[in-house]
Amino acid sequence: MTTVQATRAPATRPPISPPSLLRASSTIVWRNLLHIRRMPEMLLDVTVQSVMFVLLFAYVFGGAIAAPGADYKEFLLPGIMVQTMVFSSAIVAMGLTSDLQKGFVDRFKSLPVPRSAVLVGRSISSLIHSSIGVAVMAVTGLLIGWRVRNGFVDGVLAFALLLLFGFALIWLGIWVGSLMRTVEAVQGFMFTVMFPLTFVANTFVPTESMPAWLRAISEWNPVSAITQACRELWGNGPPAGADAAWPLQHPILVSIGWSVVLTAIFAPLAVSAFRRRSRD
Amino acid sequence: MNAAPAVEAIDLVKHFGETRAVDGVSFVVPEGSVLGLLGPNGAGKTTLVRMLTTLSIPTRGTGRVAGFDILRQPTEVRRSLGLTGQAATVDEILTGRENLKLIGSLYGLPKKYVREATERLFTRFDLLDAADRMAKTYSGGMRRRLDLAVSLLAAPPILFLDEPTTGLDPQSRSGLWAVLRELVSEGTTLVLTTQYLEEADHLADEIVVVDKGRVIAAGTPTQLKDQAGRASVVVTLTHAADVDRAAELMESCCQEVHVERGSRRLTAQAGGLGDMTRIAAVFETSGIELDDLGLTRPSLDDVFLHLTGHRAEAEDAADPTNEGVTT
Repeated sequence: MTTVQATRAPATRPPISPPSLLRASSTIVWRNLLHIRRMPEMLLDVTVQSVMFVLLFAYVFGGAIAAPGADYKEFLLPGIMVQTMVFSSAIVAMGLTSDLQKGFVDRFKSLPVPRSAVLVGRSISSLIHSSIGVAVMAVTGLLIGWRVRNGFVDGVLAFALLLLFGFALIWLGIWVGSLMRTVEAVQGFMFTVMFPLTFVANTFVPTESMPAWLRAISEWNPVSAITQACRELWGNGPPAGADAAWPLQHPILVSIGWSVVLTAIFAPLAVSAFRRRSRD
Repeated sequence: MNAAPAVEAIDLVKHFGETRAVDGVSFVVPEGSVLGLLGPNGAGKTTLVRMLTTLSIPTRGTGRVAGFDILRQPTEVRRSLGLTGQAATVDEILTGRENLKLIGSLYGLPKKYVREATERLFTRFDLLDAADRMAKTYSGGMRRRLDLAVSLLAAPPILFLDEPTTGLDPQSRSGLWAVLRELVSEGTTLVLTTQYLEEADHLADEIVVVDKGRVIAAGTPTQLKDQAGRASVVVTLTHAADVDRAAELMESCCQEVHVERGSRRLTAQAGGLGDMTRIAAVFETSGIELDDLGLTRPSLDDVFLHLTGHRAEAEDAADPTNEGVTT
């Protein structure tokens, strides 16, 4: 009997060598980037839309907004880049929900592959996605007069802070993406969260003109700290005034702190929500 | 010594909140055979497959695939099986070839093997011409075949198919059946779920009928049909004028004789082939001319009706909580 078993299908099987987390994740990244290449319209959110935002604020609203000690276009660019980074959490959420909905995650789970590769691959590709957006912003900025003025090291540090912050928010995206059932629901929810998060801050306007209570909220908003950090590192504006809230006095450290805290909160929530979703 | 069974379900239970999707199901699938899980929508078939393929964790019970425990050795289980889900889970944005490349890379298969296997599978499934087109341009039948090609890439000894032909036109369906039979002849073990009685009858060696999360019957297609009622002999006469004499003859040797005058057809209960030859002999000597004489067994549809009191292919679109309502 056992000899019959041995001559069956298994004898002709190819060698299966389950990939490491790294290899499996890079395969997923390859697949996700192929999606972007096939459907370049997926990039509209971080390219055309963001450029429109830049132009809209720089030329339509900008004339009416006074940025203290800086040219408004210089003031604006770091804000818009942070906004682009924040939106990466919506991108990851929608991508994940779509993969769950269409059965890709199921197919993936039936393979002898580390399951976290779906999440790792998804977050790396969405960081690449929003980095493309940040690059487009930088080029647009350079064309309209934005400059990195404090040298190479500080310049790179600011981009690194942006990526770190984007990484922290990706966990929020994974959490929401695992909880919601349809891409439309994710989109609705994420934009409801993203708009106040990116507008009630120093991204587009100085906080000094806001009512005291709103100003306090804005200045404690993590988005403000990271925006302020980029402005200082790129030399796009003066340090925060003496009356600004504490986080804006130490924007670089606070940005790192916020990124760590947000990751510490959302990563466990995200992983457990994804696990729960994957159990049924 | 017997060869280990390919698939075993051991008292599997799955609750979703208050709903008992699967409520204590056990069965064994011998290696190289085909098990059909037959039942209406919402019977728990998909949940069973999801548990056995490690996609879903059972509330209670366990199972074995290729001898590996689904709870304790999920990676080994995943290496031994292929799965074709209910919705064809191919990546629509990738081309057919890229879909296989993706899965091949996730199995860690050698690139050369993946290239060759892709050619072989695409030739077999008639997808070569479409290999470099995005899967979203494929027809339903093509998607299923691509899905199957993806599932077969690593040549798994055990293949799970969840409603493989749902939504396919009759031609694509019989095409897929032919492919599945070929796989079985090569030694692959199949576990397939279906709502189609015809499909289970056609492909399966063993059928497990599930309804509301429980096994309500199991056996070979023939055994199940025997359960639903005995076979009957059907005699079709050539001349309408002979109906009365034929009825008399049959009543003298058989039970439960029914006469359908219009179609010149008489049926009687039969135990098996022996009864049929007996009746054939009676008519032979009587000189009554016959168009046809045959033995019919109840269809699986009759079986299902007999077992559950409702039809298998009923419209389940209605609220499932209304199941008790008779119409």
